[in-house]
Amino acid sequence: MRPPRNFYTQTFKRDAGMLSRVANSLYWMGRYLERAEHTSRLVNVELQLWLDQSPELGAGRWRFLLEALRAPAVEGAVDPTQLLNALVFSRANGSSIVSCVAAARENLRHVREQCSTRMWEQLNRLYLDVIDRRPGEEWILQSHDFFLSVLEGAYLFHGITDATMSHGEGWQFIQLGRYVERADTLTTLLETHFQRVTNHLEGPVEAAEYLEWVGLLGGCVALEAYCKAHTAEIRPLRVAEFLLLNPEFPHSIRFAVDRVNAALHLIGDLTQRSGKLPTRIAGRLRAQLSFSQIEEIMAEGIHAYLQNVRKECAEIHSAIHDIYFDYSVEAELAS
Amino acid sequence: MTASAVPSRIHLPPSFVNYQIDTAYDEMFASPGVPREHYRALHQTLLKLPPEELRRSQQAADLAFLHEGITFTVYGSKEGTERIFPNDLLPRIITAREWARIEKGLTQRLTALNLFLRDIYHEGRILSDKIVPRDLLYSCKHFRREMRGLNVPRDIYVSVCGTDLVRLPDGTFAVLEDNLRVPSGVSYMVANRKVLKRVFPTLFRDYGVWPIDHYPRELLSTLRTLAPDNCAYRQDPTTVLLTPGVSNSAYFEHTFLAQQMGIELVEGRDLLTHDNVVYMRTTAGLRRVDVIYRRVDDDFLDPLCFRPDSTLGVPGLFNAYRAGNVTLANAIGTGVADDKAVYAYVPEMIRYYLNEDAILPNVPTFLMSDDMHRQHVLSDLQNMVVKAVGESGGYGMLIGPQSTAQQREEFRVRVLADPRNYIAQPTLALSCAPCLIDGSVESRHIDLRPYILMGEKVTLVPGGLTRVALRKGSLVVNSSQGGGSKDTWVLREGAIGEDILEEMSKELTSLHSDVAQRFSMPDRTA
Repeated sequence: MRPPRNFYTQTFKRDAGMLSRVANSLYWMGRYLERAEHTSRLVNVELQLWLDQSPELGAGRWRFLLEALRAPAVEGAVDPTQLLNALVFSRANGSSIVSCVAAARENLRHVREQCSTRMWEQLNRLYLDVIDRRPGEEWILQSHDFFLSVLEGAYLFHGITDATMSHGEGWQFIQLGRYVERADTLTTLLETHFQRVTNHLEGPVEAAEYLEWVGLLGGCVALEAYCKAHTAEIRPLRVAEFLLLNPEFPHSIRFAVDRVNAALHLIGDLTQRSGKLPTRIAGRLRAQLSFSQIEEIMAEGIHAYLQNVRKECAEIHSAIHDIYFDYSVEAELAS
Repeated sequence: MTASAVPSRIHLPPSFVNYQIDTAYDEMFASPGVPREHYRALHQTLLKLPPEELRRSQQAADLAFLHEGITFTVYGSKEGTERIFPNDLLPRIITAREWARIEKGLTQRLTALNLFLRDIYHEGRILSDKIVPRDLLYSCKHFRREMRGLNVPRDIYVSVCGTDLVRLPDGTFAVLEDNLRVPSGVSYMVANRKVLKRVFPTLFRDYGVWPIDHYPRELLSTLRTLAPDNCAYRQDPTTVLLTPGVSNSAYFEHTFLAQQMGIELVEGRDLLTHDNVVYMRTTAGLRRVDVIYRRVDDDFLDPLCFRPDSTLGVPGLFNAYRAGNVTLANAIGTGVADDKAVYAYVPEMIRYYLNEDAILPNVPTFLMSDDMHRQHVLSDLQNMVVKAVGESGGYGMLIGPQSTAQQREEFRVRVLADPRNYIAQPTLALSCAPCLIDGSVESRHIDLRPYILMGEKVTLVPGGLTRVALRKGSLVVNSSQGGGSKDTWVLREGAIGEDILEEMSKELTSLHSDVAQRFSMPDRTA
């Protein structure tokens, strides 16, 4: 008989580990779909705020949006139609919503036998829906529906995934991709935000900056949850705390890192690689976020703090890649 | 051929007005308007159902295929390369007696073919005894010298075979060709059944049809019995399905079979070899692979041994295979036995190895390398079907009666340039079966591809893929050439025509549990 491994693998599955290529595809599928979701949310919120603002102010916001999405900056005057085209439709921009949905679908298509039929159908439907739309002035006016349909399409996909796919290693890799991406994009969003809005972090927010903060919360679907926790009085410090350190809200950095950590632990158990690098970095980052106080972070400088979080996220990503997807065969054969 | 058709409008109800009966064997009708015994219940049902109802049922079935993504890829067309495999709703029915003969015939044939492959890659007795000409064999495109003297587990070269049968005008089944490399289509057999049970549940139950859903399980146990001798866990070898990838025409089938068997679906890049052992790269490290059900052609399996430009294969795979550390199913070099010129010798092989007469006859075949044969065929090209010996899937063939003078001239030049590469067969009137064409029942030509598994024993799942030439009058059933398929019902002994009621009540209990089990199972077909 085979040597006993740990309880889980002994009881439920003969062999540990799934194909690296498959794990890689599921991971990236999770990441791309999360990115499409994030971009939809931010662009949608911006478009809504745009209606409330004077044209001059609007131009500044667009630049901020590009930066928050790490999209290439635009020289000179910003043409909203063109810019939306780049963020939503452009196939040249690998991070546009359409590109992300297409990439998520392509990743799933290569591992279709690993997912349930319903999952594939839903992602395929979302894909067919987004590639069907055409950019233009008219589209912008109805864009709210479009962004909502992308968000709902993604929610539905994740719901179907939870309900119909075994919560085994493959599922964990989807979660891993999803939350690594979320931690990373949220961090970038907060970084750009705090670079622009540096004054008056202590007291209640001033009227001129009110929209910026509402926009930030809206971009993280956090406005309602924030109000529940801290009332409608927007205090920058509390917003920062909420989006960075809240353990319960799904679009906080801490929540995302908790999930990354949990997924890595389960995957580590399933593959007998629990002591490896990704788990260690994620554990360290999680501890940091769990025990940090927002006042301390502010005192030491939130920029440095966020920069560090982003660096750790990048390290987690490359460690996952090196340990699970593309490890050296020689080292593996030697062990 | 349609000249003798006499659609009798007086006897035929609306659904059947377009039904034509000609010289070909008709599966449903013994004579115009008189159904054969085993088709009577289906005939009755069709008479009762109004055409709109039939059309609606067909649409529902088409939708089911679309949603489950049961598709295949057509090569050489730019867009829309993923197509639904057209399904025809009306089942093709085979009686227990007919099936028993097919089963016996195919078992005999595959046994002989495996003995033949063992022989030609070892002593070559059949060549020394001049039963099969040596130069014919060695000039086969798919003959692999690398296989000489190599032993394969249980001496089984072909473990998965799909043989194409046609029914001649007198009602006998004959073998049109053997597919001994990587036969496909079995997933459609299972999918057709699943959809049909949804559309005609009562009719299906009343007929007493053998189930076929266990094919993936049988395939897996066949593959397992072929584990290499030195495999550490012979009862439970690590088995994988090797696919060329998403762009392959049969990719849907690969995912389907892997999922149904519960084995990994791997691509060449997932595998690597070290010290003549094959491993797959998993998140938990490298895992040794024992049996590979490969759906990749010989040429692409190992760039170090076969085509060096192949990116689908695994460098070093052949050496691991030769060392006996991994099993490939089917073995390498089986294509030599389904070469269309070698096909002509299969009845001789059966006599030579088994000392029996072939139960299922061949179709008359003319070898273009033979002067007499060639002259005969070239003088009568408009009545012949000419095929390239190494091709499959309906590519590279000429159908005389449906060809233009220019096409015939083209083939004449090709045949004369390379006679060894062509064979010809008289144009066969494939049997006809009722098909649902736009709400009315019409007859179309069909063939039958049963799937035969050979491991420790020979296993045939009672059924197969009945392929349909959906274009009126067409004789080409290949999916790449506008063909479709329909469900194939093999009836239980005495299920129809004898004491049906008694039989039914006996089976009811088992059927109920069968049905209950089916519905409690998760939806895994797609």
